[in-house]
Amino acid sequence: MLRVLLLTLSVVAIVHAELCKPDAQNAFKVRLSIKTALGDNAYAWDANEEYLFKAMVAFAMRRYSSKSTTQISNVLVCNVTDRVSFWFVVTDSSKNLTTVPESEVEAAIRMNRNRINNAFLLSDQTLQFLKITSTLSPPVEPSTPIWLIVFGVVLCLIVAGILFLVVAGIQQRKKKNKDSTERENLEEKSEVTVTVENGIPCETLDLKAGHINGVFAADDERFTSL
Amino acid sequence: MEKSRPLWDNSLQFIFACISYAVGLGNVWRFPYLCQMYGGGGFLIPYFIMLIAEGMPLLYLELAVGQRMRQGSIGAWKIISPYLCGVGIASVVVSFFLSMYYNVINAWAFWYLFHSFQDPLPWATCPLNTNHTGYEEECEKTSSTQYFWYRQTLNISPSLETSGSIQWEQALCLTLAWLVVYLCILRGTESTGKVVYVTASLPYCVLIVYLIRGLTLHGAVNGLVYMFTPKLEQLSNPKTWISAATQIFFSLGLGFGSLIAYASYNDASNNCERHAIIVSLINSTTSIFASVVTFSIYGFKATFNYESCINKVILLLMNAFDLEEGSLTADNLNEMKDYLMATHPQEYAQLSPQVKNCSLEAELDTAVQGTGLAFIVYSEAIKNMEVPQLYSVLYFIMLLMLGIGSMLGNTAAILTPLTDSRVIAARFPKEVISGAVCFINCVIGLIFTTEAGNYWFDIFNDYAATLSLLLIVLVETIAVCYIYGIRRFEKDLHTMIGHKPNWYWKIMWAFASPLLIISLFLFYLTDYILTGTLQYQAWDATQGQLVTKDYPGYARAVIGLLVAASTMCIPLGALVTFVRKRLKRSVSTMA
Repeated sequence: MLRVLLLTLSVVAIVHAELCKPDAQNAFKVRLSIKTALGDNAYAWDANEEYLFKAMVAFAMRRYSSKSTTQISNVLVCNVTDRVSFWFVVTDSSKNLTTVPESEVEAAIRMNRNRINNAFLLSDQTLQFLKITSTLSPPVEPSTPIWLIVFGVVLCLIVAGILFLVVAGIQQRKKKNKDSTERENLEEKSEVTVTVENGIPCETLDLKAGHINGVFAADDERFTSL
Repeated sequence: MEKSRPLWDNSLQFIFACISYAVGLGNVWRFPYLCQMYGGGGFLIPYFIMLIAEGMPLLYLELAVGQRMRQGSIGAWKIISPYLCGVGIASVVVSFFLSMYYNVINAWAFWYLFHSFQDPLPWATCPLNTNHTGYEEECEKTSSTQYFWYRQTLNISPSLETSGSIQWEQALCLTLAWLVVYLCILRGTESTGKVVYVTASLPYCVLIVYLIRGLTLHGAVNGLVYMFTPKLEQLSNPKTWISAATQIFFSLGLGFGSLIAYASYNDASNNCERHAIIVSLINSTTSIFASVVTFSIYGFKATFNYESCINKVILLLMNAFDLEEGSLTADNLNEMKDYLMATHPQEYAQLSPQVKNCSLEAELDTAVQGTGLAFIVYSEAIKNMEVPQLYSVLYFIMLLMLGIGSMLGNTAAILTPLTDSRVIAARFPKEVISGAVCFINCVIGLIFTTEAGNYWFDIFNDYAATLSLLLIVLVETIAVCYIYGIRRFEKDLHTMIGHKPNWYWKIMWAFASPLLIISLFLFYLTDYILTGTLQYQAWDATQGQLVTKDYPGYARAVIGLLVAASTMCIPLGALVTFVRKRLKRSVSTMA
C-alpha cells in the first residue's frame, strides 16, 4: 500500500517536473519586487502567497474561458528563487499531461491583470510576467492644449497694453497740436487788426474782461451837470 | 520750438537699464561653461584681470561718448570725426542682426513657460508610440527632455539643407515676443525706464530663490566642489585667457551702440565713471552668482543620474542572477560584481556589455553651454524637483526677463539713431518707427521658426557679431584716443563729471585695451582661417544624438555676408564722406 502511494507520488512529481521547468513549453516566468514596491510593509514570500498566486491564475483562467474546470491544482509553480521569481504553467484538466497553450494563458492574465496586481498590492512594474507586455495608459489630453490658453491670455493683455499706449499717445499729440494751433491762430489775428493791451486783445477786454468801476461812473450822472 | 531730448527720470533708471542690458543670457549659460572648461575656481583670476584691463575702461569710454555727444551711435561718431560715420552704421547693422535672432530665444522661453502649467511637465515623460505598447522610438534613444527640445519645440530637420516649413506654434510665440518688446519700447525712454525696474531686479529674485533651492538639493555639493576646486594648470593654456577676455567683452555688450544710446538720454552732469564701475562689477558678480546656482543644479542632476545608473545596474544583476532584493546595494556593488564574475563567469560575460560603469565625474564632466544648458539641462533638473511647475515657471520668467532686458538695449541701439536723424523723425512719429522696426525683425525672424531654424540661429549666434564687434570697438578706442585726442576727451569728462580721469583710465584706453582687442581679433581670424571648413552640429533622429556636418556653400556665403556687411561699413563710410567732401569742395571752387 505504502509502496503504491510512494510510486504515485513520485510519478506525479516527475510529471510536474516535466511540465513545469524553466523554458518549458507554455511556461511563464514571473518576477516580483515586493521590497521595492512596499518598503517596510513588505511581506515575505512563502507557501501561502504561492497558494494565493495559484488561486489568482486559476481565477483568471476561469473568467477568461468561462468554463469552471480549472482547479488550483492545475497551476504548477516551480523554481522559486530568493529574488522572488518562479516559473508557472497551467495544465489542462480534461487532457492528461498537457498544458494550456501560451496564448490562452496570456490573454487570461491580460484580462485580469489589474485584479492580480491588487491581490498582491503590486503594480505592472513590480509584478512582472516576463513574456506578457503591458499596455501603457495614454496620458490625459485636454481638448484645447493648455499652453494655447495661457498664450491667449498673455497675448490679450499685451495687445490691450499696446493699444492703450498708442491711443494715449495719439490723444496727447492731438491735444498738443490743438494747443499749438490755437496759439498760432491768436498770434495771426493780432498781427492783422487787433490792438493789444498787455498781451490781451482789446476786444476781449471790452466785451468780457473789462470791468466798469462803479465809483467813477454812475450811469445817470456820466457828465457833470451844468 | 525745438523738441528737448527725453531723459531718464533719475540716474537709477539709467543704471538699471544698463544692468538689464548687460546682464543677459550669456551670464547664465556661457560663464558657468567657461568656468568648468578652464579651471574651475582658477578661471576667476584671468576673468578679473580682463575685467580691469578691458571691461571697465571700454564701458566707461562708451558711456562717456554717449553722454557727451547726446546722440545715438551714428550721430555721436559723426561728431567725433565725419569720417567715422561708418562706425555708427556698423553698430546699427550688428544690432539689427542681433535683434533678428535674439528674440527667438524669448519665443522659446515663452513656449516652455506656457507648457509649465501642466502636471506632469511635458518634458518629464516620453510620449507613447502609436499603438501604446511603448514609448516613442526617438525618445527612447535619447532622454525625454532632449526629445521635447529637439522634436516638440524645434521639430528640427536632419540638416541645414532640408529647411522644412514654418512651425506655427513657434511663429506665434515669436510674434508674442516681438509684441512684448514693442510694448516696452513704444514710448521711448518713458516706457523703457519703467520696464527696466522689473527686468533688472526680477532675475535676481529668482536667482536667490534658486540659490536657496539649489543648495538644499541632494547632491548639489558635488557640483559646487567640482566647480570651485581650482585647476590652476589651466592658467598656462592661452585659450583660458582668450576666453576670459572674450567673455568680458561680449558680456558687457560693447560696440552695439546700445550703451551709447542709453547714455545719450542722460543728464549732462551724470557721473558715468561711477556708473561704469558699478555696472561692470554687478555684471561680473551676477555671472559668478549664476554659476554657483548652475553648478548646484549640475551637481543635483549628475548625482541623480549617477544614482539612477547604479540602480539600473543593481536591477539588472538582481534579475539575471535571481538574487534577493536588497542584497545588492550601492556600497557592496563592486564586491558583488567581482563575486558574481568569479562564481558565474559565463553568464556574467554575457551581461557585461549592459553593465555600465557608473561614474559621478563622467556625469559632471558633461559640459554644456548655450541653449542646451538653458533648455535641456535645467529642465531635466527641474523635472526631478518637488513642485516642478513652480520652479519651471520661475526659471522661464527669469530667462524672459534677461532676454527682454537685452532686447530693449538692442532695439534702443537701432531706434536712437533713427529718431535722432531729422529726415526720418520729422515724417513719422516714434511709435510708427518702433513698430516698423519690430515688424521687419519679426518677419525676418520667421526664418528661425522653420525646421532648420536652429541651424540658422547657430550661424547668426556664432558669426553675426563676433569679429565685427571686435573691429568696431577697436576703431572706437583708437578714434577717441588718437583722432579725437585724449586731452580733449579729458576736458570733456572734466566738464561733465567734475574731475579728470586718472592715469589708470588713460593707460587702459590708450594702450592696454586696444592691444588686447588686436590680439583677440588676430586670434579669431587665424582660428577661422586654420579650421578650414566650418562645421555645425546637426540632430540625428535615428541615433538620438548630435552629429557634425559641414556647412553647405550658400551657408558659408551667408556667414561671409554677415561679417562683411558690418565690417565693410567702416571703410565705406570713410570713403563716402571723403568723396562727398571732395565733390563739395570742387562745387564751391567752381562756383
